[in-house]
Order: sequence, then C-alpha cells, then structure tokens
Amino acid sequence: MTNLEIYNKAFMETFEIEEDKLAGLNYQDIDAWDSVGHMALIAALEDAFDIMMDTDDIIDFSSYEKGKELLAKDDYGVEFQ
Amino acid sequence: MEYSELLEYEPYSLDHSQKQKLLTKRLTDLTAHHMAHCRLYKNMMDSVGMTQERLREAVSYEELPFLPVRLFKELELASVPKEAVFKTMTSSGTTGQRVSKIFLDRQTAANQQKTMVKIVSDFIGSARMPMLILDCPSVVKNRLMFSARGAGILGFSIFGADRTYALTDEMKLDIDGVRQFLERHSGQRILMFGFTFMVWQHFYKELLRLEREEGERFDFSNGILIHGGGWKKLTSEAVSPEEFHRRLLAVCGLDHIHDYYGMVEQTGCIYMQCECGHLHASIFSDVIIRNPDDFTVCGVGDKGIIETVSAIPESYPGHLLLTEDEGILLGKDDCPCGRRGKYFKILGRLENAEIRGCSDTYAADFR
Repeated sequence: MTNLEIYNKAFMETFEIEEDKLAGLNYQDIDAWDSVGHMALIAALEDAFDIMMDTDDIIDFSSYEKGKELLAKDDYGVEFQ
Repeated sequence: MEYSELLEYEPYSLDHSQKQKLLTKRLTDLTAHHMAHCRLYKNMMDSVGMTQERLREAVSYEELPFLPVRLFKELELASVPKEAVFKTMTSSGTTGQRVSKIFLDRQTAANQQKTMVKIVSDFIGSARMPMLILDCPSVVKNRLMFSARGAGILGFSIFGADRTYALTDEMKLDIDGVRQFLERHSGQRILMFGFTFMVWQHFYKELLRLEREEGERFDFSNGILIHGGGWKKLTSEAVSPEEFHRRLLAVCGLDHIHDYYGMVEQTGCIYMQCECGHLHASIFSDVIIRNPDDFTVCGVGDKGIIETVSAIPESYPGHLLLTEDEGILLGKDDCPCGRRGKYFKILGRLENAEIRGCSDTYAADFR
C-alpha cells in the first residue's frame, strides 16, 4: 500500500466513512471526528506509520489535508506522492 | 484582547503584577463580551450596577462581579447561538443530583485543550508517554453529553500513547492487562491518570491485596501519576495526601505524584500540584480567596472561599466563578519550585455545600 492508501484507510476505518468523503474533511465536520475520534485517529496513524506525534501536532491536526502536511514534516517523514 | 496573546507566554513565567495586568484586560473584555451576548448574564450585571463604563475603569479583576458556580445547574447560560454549540459538558453529580451544563463552541474547546497542554507540559514535559488510565473504558462512551470524568481522561490522553484502561467496566483491576502493559513498556516513563478515590479504592487497594494474598507485586517506579477530583471520601477514611503518597510508594514504588484542582466549568485551567506539594495558578487563570462574611479579598494565610477566574470561556459566561470550596493562599511568586504566580491549598468543601468532583461524587454512590 502507498502512504496515501494507508493514511486514507486510517480515516475510513476510524470514522467508518467512504474514501470520497475524505477530501476537505475538517475536525468536527462529522460526528465520528470529535475529540474521542481524534485520539483514535492519531492512534491509528501512529500504529500504521510507526511514529509518535508531538502533542502540538495532535492539536494542529485540524483537517484531512492538514494531517498530510504534518506527517510529511521531517519529524515523521511520511511522503505522500 | 484575544486569548491567543496569552498562549504566547509560558504558564508560570510572569510575576503577579505582570499577570494581573494581562488578566485584567482579558477578563474585562470577556465580561463585556458576555454582557453583549448572553441576555441572562447582562441582566445579572445590570442588577449589580455593572456597566460598560464601570468595566473600563476596573483596575483589577478582583473588582469584577463573579457568579456562584451553582448557577450553571439552575440556568442554561451561553453566549453563542445554539448552532455554534458543538459540545455540552456536564459536571459530575451523585445519583439524583442536578448537574452543571457548560456549552462549548469550537474556539473555547480548542483553547481549553491548548491551555491544558501548556500547563501539564510544564510539570511532565511535552514528550508523550505510554499511558495507563486508572478508570474504566465506558466513561468516554457517551460522546455528545460529556461528563467531567470523561473530559478529564480525554484531556490528559493527548500526553499518552498506547492508552490502556486499568479497570474493567465493572471497576475491577484488569490484572492481566496491567501486567502486559508494564511488560510492553519496561524501563520507560509511564503516565498514569485517574481520579483520587478510584485510584485508592480500585488500584491501590487491589495492589495491596495482590501483594498480600498472591505475592504479586507491580513496579510503577517509572510512573508519573496525575490525579484529581476531590479528597472528601479519603479524608473521611483518614487518608491524608501524605498517607496516600506514602502508601502508593510502598505498594508499587510510585513516587512521582501530582494532585490537581480543576472544574468542568473552567476546563483547561487546571491547578497542578508542584514538587513542593503546592497547587499553582498559571497565567491563564487565578484564584482569589474571599472572606466568607463580606467577600473582601483575603491575604496570604487567611482561610476563605475560593473564587476561580479563567481567561478562556467565550461561549459561556464562566470566566469569574465563586466556588463552594475553602482554601488558603500560601504565597505569590515565591514557591521554592520556582514557578511564579499564586500558590495555594484547598481545605475542602464549605459546610452544607453539595458534593461535587469526579472523585467525590463517585465515592458518594460507592457502597
């Protein structure tokens, strides 16, 4: 699987949503992505990419797109092509 | 003044006079904001003669009117339209008790989390640690109506990795689960979080039983425990904070323990206990100890009712609250731990006050 596929899968499985709903999705847009869902998503991404995110990045992780940007930082080095 | 300006400072970096200037600006702005956006609050301010002119003249937030915290049980107070409320938090209550309802919009909720992270990081660092939650998983299940207990757990969860619940939904220690957790993280620093009475009743007592009856001992000498929610039940069992610490150290080597004081009406602004055993007010909030007879401000060393102020609340008028707790101001800017601002001690609940707090309400229903 590509990193993008892994990333999408974490969203789809955590929030039980379809792939076509991911683009433009923001924190709290759907019921499942509340503060509880947020921590579950972070845990799923950390497992999938074997990383540990900083608390500041967990707070900044405000959308599907923003998350990609954060994970692509040198700290985590997850490339999305 | 925007809250983001305050977030640029470190939580204990300002001395009392600098902090007072900043907080007074923010809290008078918040008072004006709530007068403009919450009709019930405006009516209350009218009744005590608080006007925009008088607000501008206030030199300290000690002069601003405060609401009794109990009011949030009687009235639904919000300063945002219903559509903007995305989460309603409730206080912990004993069975049959009315609970406070606190209405949050995105901005206020986000500021609560950011603030809490800044405060707690000052004590335990910002690196995340494997986390053992000394509570049961069902507490965070009902996601729309968030209890204070769930909110506390979730708020601290941001510091945790491999979050593991130590108790089952029947509030029994999950012995295998805890054993496996410790094996997975042997040699690592571990974050532990729970409410005071639950920690005592379901964690400490069970560890003691295991050691005595089965000869099994868990090692939590790498653990950092953060706990809160009230001492009432333990005080009645004659367990002092020192005793609590000493016994946990004896049973599992846990030595790094921080109590905290906080309430759902001012989530985010918690008061953490430092290495010297003192509760500290950060720059995001403050305590004012008031004389119970005339509500004048008490000096260092005098017992009084605690008013708590928080610079966060924008979606509900809960920035200045008179609690039903008694406390003593221990000092300002000079705690040996080096943190500036006020430090204080809680003496307990006022007589005839309702039981509250995540630990105490749970304990009151505990048979």
